[in-house]
Amino acid sequence: MLDFVGLTEVEKLSQGCLHLVSVSLLHVEILSVTTPATAELRKTALNATHRNLDAKMVNFGGWDMPLEYSGILAEHEAVRTRAGLFDVSHMGEIEIRGPGSLDLVQWVTCNDASKLAIGQAQYSGLMTDRGTFVDDLLVHKMSDTHYLLCVNAGNQDADFAHVLAHNRFNAEVENAGPRYSQIAIQGPRAKEILQRLTSTALEPIRYYHFLYGKVDSVHCLIARTGYTGEDGFEIYFDPGFSVKLWNDLLDAGSHFGLLPCGLGARNTLRLEASMCLYGHEIDDTTTPWEAGLGWICKPDKGAFLGSDILVQQKKTGIERKLVGVEMLDRRIGRDGYPVVIGGREAGRVTSGGPAPFLKKNIGMAYVPPNSSAFGTNIEVSIRGQLAPAHIVAMPFYKRPR
Amino acid sequence: MYPADYRYTKDHEWISLQGSVGAIGITDYAQHELGDVVFVEMPKVGAQLKAGESFGTVESVKAVSEIFSPVSGEVTEVNSLLLDSPETINKDPHGTAWLVKIRVSDPKQVSGLMDAVSYEAYIAGQAKEHFA
Repeated sequence: MLDFVGLTEVEKLSQGCLHLVSVSLLHVEILSVTTPATAELRKTALNATHRNLDAKMVNFGGWDMPLEYSGILAEHEAVRTRAGLFDVSHMGEIEIRGPGSLDLVQWVTCNDASKLAIGQAQYSGLMTDRGTFVDDLLVHKMSDTHYLLCVNAGNQDADFAHVLAHNRFNAEVENAGPRYSQIAIQGPRAKEILQRLTSTALEPIRYYHFLYGKVDSVHCLIARTGYTGEDGFEIYFDPGFSVKLWNDLLDAGSHFGLLPCGLGARNTLRLEASMCLYGHEIDDTTTPWEAGLGWICKPDKGAFLGSDILVQQKKTGIERKLVGVEMLDRRIGRDGYPVVIGGREAGRVTSGGPAPFLKKNIGMAYVPPNSSAFGTNIEVSIRGQLAPAHIVAMPFYKRPR
Repeated sequence: MYPADYRYTKDHEWISLQGSVGAIGITDYAQHELGDVVFVEMPKVGAQLKAGESFGTVESVKAVSEIFSPVSGEVTEVNSLLLDSPETINKDPHGTAWLVKIRVSDPKQVSGLMDAVSYEAYIAGQAKEHFA
């Protein structure tokens, strides 16, 4: 599901932007702030709304999106302690319909969609024939002959082409992104706030389940899903109602301290919750076993794209393993920085940065399996200097129940 | 907003000269562009800085930014407040969030920098270019 947050693309600095350091080692972290909306960037229906709220805008996978409004730390804290509101309309939706729909979903994804009840969703991987990831996504079972896939913003067209290319089951496949807007409300007070705008009882909706209802008189898919590690909901609806829903949710939540939240907080929240981000922890070179995603990988369900490779890899073993990393002094090991173990470069940080709620600096990294035990001392190379860290269990953060 | 007696660089540092010692920091424009500051890396007392050269970094949640010295000189003091409270840079960039103090080798270097009026015009021009 998880969209491509993380400013790892090199962007041209305009003159007078703050000079940001050019990391000779691996990649340039560049912040393109207050990007003017240009014809080339795609926009959600809430673009003007974000700008009116003085959001710092950023080019995210070709979309003009809010990075932050009141600040990443404040927004992160709001979600952990109260609630935050996210425009996630840039995400893609692929609808698969017809008698062949389950077969198609089963063929292109690694999790077992036959286990889904109507009204249930599962996290899954869209797979290559090499057992690696085209994308990660949520699969929703709408009916026996209708599945809704929610995919990453930057991958939606490639994902659609991939699903189409493998559709030997005569299912109907629709690239439905433009037909949906999506808003996420996340945090311990999210349910209370959303409940003010709907007569549909929200408490009985179980985690990773969904139903249709009216929110603010608008027909919505209401899903108890999210990318923050908190309780919360994601609602899908016709884009024409975006501004109304956004503003009415902000109003309903103002009493509770609901804050609009951007991609910056979205990233720090999912990192604390140890959730993967495509292009970082997973990509078309990583397998579910390597990424710690064995729990969504079910070769027993029957053959799927790449399953033969995965069955083989399970036998022979993986050569790299995704682990949690905690920095041991105040320095920050960031995306792409090398991991050094026993004086030798042994892996890479896939995502790294401050954990605002936990008040430490964390990351995820690929290391050799025989160096992956909890407590293993490692170093992260930070722009030429080695900073101490150690391997820790994930998730870093788990919400109180 | 921008103290009239400070001088400013194109890289958004400021220097405030008291006699031969200058306090150096980053401007309000810089802290706003960076976002929430979470870590500052600074030189040691005694370090020799050269005008235009990087002498440390200011890190926000998303970005790492080098800081360039406006002038040449020797570091006489480092602001230890920023080690525990880096967010001070966001709250008081022109005051308590000075980064280092240096003994300025050539005070004429300071007067060659932008004054407050020129700096404000400069950043207004940046905004215009952004939206051009």
